[in-house]
Amino acid sequence: MAELNTDSGGGKKGGGKVRSKKQNSKVDLTAMVDLAFLLITFFMLTTTLSKPQSMDLTLPDKEDKTEPQKDIKVDENKTLTLLLGENGKLVRYMGMLETPIAAPKDFSYGKDGIRKELITRMEQVKQYSTAKGEPGKGMIVIIKPSKKSTYRNLVDVLDEMAIVGVNKTGSYAIVNEFTPGEVKLLEGK
Amino acid sequence: MAKIKMKKKSTSTDMTAMCDVAFLLLTFFILTATAKTPEVLPVDTPQSTVQTKLPPDNLSMLTIGKVDGKTVVFFDLKGKDVRKKALEFMGDKYNVAFTEKESEEFGLMESFGVPIQNLKEILNMKAADRSKAGQTGIPKDSLDNQLKDWVLYSRKANIEVNNKELNFAIKGDAKEQYPAIKQVMDLLQDQKVNSFNLVTGLRGKNF
Repeated sequence: MAELNTDSGGGKKGGGKVRSKKQNSKVDLTAMVDLAFLLITFFMLTTTLSKPQSMDLTLPDKEDKTEPQKDIKVDENKTLTLLLGENGKLVRYMGMLETPIAAPKDFSYGKDGIRKELITRMEQVKQYSTAKGEPGKGMIVIIKPSKKSTYRNLVDVLDEMAIVGVNKTGSYAIVNEFTPGEVKLLEGK
Repeated sequence: MAKIKMKKKSTSTDMTAMCDVAFLLLTFFILTATAKTPEVLPVDTPQSTVQTKLPPDNLSMLTIGKVDGKTVVFFDLKGKDVRKKALEFMGDKYNVAFTEKESEEFGLMESFGVPIQNLKEILNMKAADRSKAGQTGIPKDSLDNQLKDWVLYSRKANIEVNNKELNFAIKGDAKEQYPAIKQVMDLLQDQKVNSFNLVTGLRGKNF
């Protein structure tokens, strides 16, 4: 251990030889190693954690307006529409707005709100599809962010899609067109 | 009877080797770590549970945030050579000549948000002053759509330098309203960039 050599070389008596004490060459490295490992841990964590996370988003090709649009028939029993409104308002309905399978209802974000609903609806759609003899086809979620919704709302809903795993069987899409009925629904109350 | 004398063992171990290894690793991590430069436009990203990491290169980041209540877009491009090439293209397009020194400076810079006409001023500033310079965002309206050109020319530059398609990441402020994000998405989609990353933070388990 590192010790201070307090022994002052010369003796008191006599004119004996002044003998310098042999110094211990070992230094205690414990503190140094501690410090080194602390710094290693710090640098390791900061380098790996600083990389930002991201979420993949693939949007469909913007179709040219000149081309005649082909209407794709979608089973209304399988479509769930999510309307994102102001101040975290979230409305979902199933099927068509005029003749909904499940009437429009407000939900909150998070595990107690929309996630439970999504999971139960997915299960229903799965049963419906199996009964129809095409078990592979899952739910189609249409996300409609309104002009007043925030980016956080959109990411929250996309995250919800990832958690519930809509993409495994069905699909989801972001749609920007609003029907007058939907606008009324978001502004209502 | 003779006592069996246990030899007293010394408790101190030789730490030299351990210390060597520790410092070797420390040096490695210090050298590989990239210093985090202060963000020019700080944004509060929304959280998600998806944990895809952003690619480290072939990436361009569009930061959408607010400055003085106005929505602004800042542009960032990874890779020094790609940046220089993109600046060259942009300089040609907008008739702004950049010197070799300015081009070099641009290659090392992080994200920026000024019209190209004012880019020189920013380049001649010290790195620390840039974030205080009051950058007003890259023009993106229909009259003067420089953002579109930045996107286009960086893609060109990336293909020329790295021979790979450039990826785009959108880093939006959580409180930003959807139309602002949509405008940037539309701009990318106009150039047939249909797939991009949304930068998010990590969400707690309890969501």
